[in-house]
Amino acid sequence: MISANLSAIFYLVSGILFILALRGLSSPDTSRQGNYFGIAGMIIAIFVTFLSIGNFSTSLVFVIIFLVIGGTIGAFIAFKIPMTAMPELVAGFHSLVGLAAVFVAIAAFLNPEVFNLGAVGQIKLASLIEMSIGAAVGAITFSGSIIAFLKLRGIMSGSPIIFSGQHLLNLILGIGIFVLIFYLCKTQSANIFWTVVMISFLVGVLLIIPIGGADMPVVISMLNSYSGWAAAGIGFTLENTALIITGALVGSSGAILSYIMCKAMNRSFFSVILGGFGADNSADDKKEKKDQKPVKSGNAEDAAFLMKNASSVIIVPGYGMAVAQAQHALREMVDKLKKNDIKVTYAIHPVAGRMPGHMNVLLAEANVPYDEVFELEDINNDFANSDVAFVIGANDVTNPVAKTDPKSPIFGMPVLDVEKCKSVLFVKRSLSPGYAGIDNELFYKDNTLMLFADAKKMTEDIVKNLD
Amino acid sequence: MEIDPFIFRLSIFILSIFIGYYVVWSVTPSLHTPLMSVTNAISSVIIVGAIIAALAGSSESIFSTSSIFGFIAIILAAINIFGGFLVTQRMLQMYKKKKDKKK
Repeated sequence: MISANLSAIFYLVSGILFILALRGLSSPDTSRQGNYFGIAGMIIAIFVTFLSIGNFSTSLVFVIIFLVIGGTIGAFIAFKIPMTAMPELVAGFHSLVGLAAVFVAIAAFLNPEVFNLGAVGQIKLASLIEMSIGAAVGAITFSGSIIAFLKLRGIMSGSPIIFSGQHLLNLILGIGIFVLIFYLCKTQSANIFWTVVMISFLVGVLLIIPIGGADMPVVISMLNSYSGWAAAGIGFTLENTALIITGALVGSSGAILSYIMCKAMNRSFFSVILGGFGADNSADDKKEKKDQKPVKSGNAEDAAFLMKNASSVIIVPGYGMAVAQAQHALREMVDKLKKNDIKVTYAIHPVAGRMPGHMNVLLAEANVPYDEVFELEDINNDFANSDVAFVIGANDVTNPVAKTDPKSPIFGMPVLDVEKCKSVLFVKRSLSPGYAGIDNELFYKDNTLMLFADAKKMTEDIVKNLD
Repeated sequence: MEIDPFIFRLSIFILSIFIGYYVVWSVTPSLHTPLMSVTNAISSVIIVGAIIAALAGSSESIFSTSSIFGFIAIILAAINIFGGFLVTQRMLQMYKKKKDKKK
């Protein structure tokens, strides 16, 4: 058994190691080391907890058994999960953090003595407020992440679910939670505590169902943030520095990512929360336009010819590439091009994937070196000096309408200046609009050659034609 | 007059938000997915609360209502800790520079 002061210092150390873990991610070179710092911090926190309790009875055996069970499941998932499924995985993990926070809060409410929070029915006021906030945020994180998981996994439709009075209902429930916490503090009633938890589960569901598939990167980041605030709430209850520091780090990290994602789509955070984006409201007038405008379409041979005679090619990948599993074929194509002394780079829009940085991971998995991959603001000026832009699986992020048409729903969104290239190769299965439901002007430009095919098949065909 | 310990915890909390703000802005955008998975893993340090709750039972009654919640929370958090760190590691292994590409 170690003293409370000593364990507090160790918790501080583990908090610092967590900060270093995030710090390591500032560059791929230091990131692996950062991850080890994170693991070390976690080991310290767990061991110090065992030592500070000093209860080495049969319970400890069970704790270790449960730890091993959970650890095995976690490790199994981590090794099996395909990289395209990262968004679902992260959403699923968020839900577990949320539920764990709820359960710890419940345990603290039922047995406050072990946590030094007073006795049942006489829990310290501050602790009671902290644990009910932790439980409420945790419950919202849990059910919200479950909905996000189902939507990302395709089990639930990605289209927004909207009913009248939705926002009013959320507001009433939100206020209701605060009123109930107030009464909980007055009465210490277990029933009120359970009601708070239940309503919070409901709020989590209601918050996420109106948000459409296109806004999922924001939703995941937002839930990331919530899971952090839930952990911080529990940290205050348990008076544990490691948890408070971590909760604050994760909370602000998720908030920053949400902000970056919103900015990349030129959407305000508020309008994402209110939801409804991605519903097809302008489907009719789109169809008319489509029939009238001519497009140039080509085949793999044309594409291979164009690229072989280019001196620089910029690849613009999007989520469609990952869905078609075309990233390996794509890299084969790039290798062939490089052998012909053609300069090849990749341009990634912040919302190219289904979560922040998703496309970078998918390219890294296909062995694309990370120093050939550039972010929007670093590469956007290069399009004007490049010969060919190869757009594969991306759509809305290349739409010039965002710069020219103030009436377009995506107006103002930063886009890749693909049309400035001498020629544009656009791999797409059909002319159908992308997630935002808007027609892409790029299809009809003179320098655009549409390649109608499955992304993987087309890329493979181009590879054959490059020989 | 003495300062309530809560104020100290609040100070730690607020300062950590600032640290988080600056540290996360310095994370390169290409590593935002590993950032999310690693924040996921570290927020599972909530397992310390679960362990305290689970170990609260006496040797006669290991499984009281509150310790059962603790035990379940241990499983949930452990999935996250192992899953989160390992999947982050797996992703970070894939980030390679130009030189050691052809292996």
